[in-house]
Amino acid sequence: MSNQTDFLNRRLHSLLGVIPVGFFLLEHLYTNYHATQGKEAFVEAVNFLWGIPLLPVLEIFFIFIPLMYHAFYGLYIVFRARNNVSQFGTFRNYMFVLQRITGVITLVFIIWHVWQTRVQLLFDPTPTANELAMDTASILSNDITAILYAIGVISTVFHFCNGMWSFLVSWGVTVGPRAQLVSTWVWIVAFVIISYFGLSALAAFNDPNFASNVATLQ
Amino acid sequence: MSEQTAVAEQQQTVHLIFTRQDGPDSKPYNEEFHVPYRKNMNIISAMMEIQRNPVNAKGETVAPIQWESNCLEEVCGACSMVVNGKPRQACTALVDKLQQPIRIGPMSTFPVLRDLVVDRGRMFDALKKVKAWIPVDGTHDLGPAPRQSALEQQWRYELSKCMTCGVCLEACPNVNDNSAFIGPFAVGQVTLFNAHPTGALNKEERTEALISDGGLQQCGNSQNCVQACPKGIPLTTAIATMNREATKHMFKKWLSF
Repeated sequence: MSNQTDFLNRRLHSLLGVIPVGFFLLEHLYTNYHATQGKEAFVEAVNFLWGIPLLPVLEIFFIFIPLMYHAFYGLYIVFRARNNVSQFGTFRNYMFVLQRITGVITLVFIIWHVWQTRVQLLFDPTPTANELAMDTASILSNDITAILYAIGVISTVFHFCNGMWSFLVSWGVTVGPRAQLVSTWVWIVAFVIISYFGLSALAAFNDPNFASNVATLQ
Repeated sequence: MSEQTAVAEQQQTVHLIFTRQDGPDSKPYNEEFHVPYRKNMNIISAMMEIQRNPVNAKGETVAPIQWESNCLEEVCGACSMVVNGKPRQACTALVDKLQQPIRIGPMSTFPVLRDLVVDRGRMFDALKKVKAWIPVDGTHDLGPAPRQSALEQQWRYELSKCMTCGVCLEACPNVNDNSAFIGPFAVGQVTLFNAHPTGALNKEERTEALISDGGLQQCGNSQNCVQACPKGIPLTTAIATMNREATKHMFKKWLSF
């Protein structure tokens, strides 16, 4: 009957943010968390992922394309809003603005991060997980880079958690004010926990003894 | 008696700063007025005072402020304007409860016609778009309407309080020149008519219209609407209710092809 392209695009944006992009984020932070167990544990986790069949297909169709759609449709949403927190300083209105700010920060961070870690692998004819671990440690041994990465990680995790809150509203899961309030607390807790995982991995790579920490923690 | 009342009575005047605009295409400008204070004044009576004696703070005689109002008891929605930064009805904006100088401007989300008079026609268009009515007109007797439970009545009563005042559109960050969003109130109205036992017969039509361009999906969950609504309408609950309805509708439609 009427034109519902806009509705479908927006719902697709919302869905892709969770599946597969949100799922990938959690998987990625879980893999990185192995770095806190020393280099070997991280290398093993990376080798497990590299062993997945048709990995490039997965990367392109389940990460790259959905992420690009989510990012660029998201930018379109960002620039259509007229933010008014100075007039309406409520919690949700701040979350609305922060969701848009962290979305943009996250996009910039991801472009930088993918360039530094994933794209570099393409230039190497025979990449190994060990080299990847060493290169990542050398990138993050710079404290300024580590701080920028920490900002990037927190911003990404915030965008994911607050995005999950609005996903549940936008698909009609949490309808009433009480359900939405409980959801707010659930995602605040999730934000703290997931950020902890992300930041511990960063701290592990930032540690100058990362390479020599081989399984010493075991 | 509040502190501000005491101060105002002492000064015997009310300081008002208006954002004025002479016509739809002219540039807005500020004009200040000092009007004699009376007890229990609201913004409307202050503007009536200016009508009686249209002299601004500089002592110049100017055209009196133009505004719209009808009921003067916050049920018609006509006198909506931005008072000290908040969109609300001028009739219930009591001078005693406002910080002075009181800044008053039009709801600029809508086309300004003159001073505080805006064209809220887009809201009527939105109601027509989402078919916010129950089509029961006919020449034959349709019999009695189905009964509604007390719970349904209470829920629908809350939604039915909408007076199309435009405050939720002014408060929403996603209602602006860049977006086609029809506004939170329209979602509340679809919820109202879809929840009616007779109205539910056409609920697919309304849901379908609500998810067309500029519809429900444009909501960004800032939840300003529910905070700003002068009638306390549970707009965000209505939005999430329709989100759930739209999710079901979408799957039902896809699986029926």
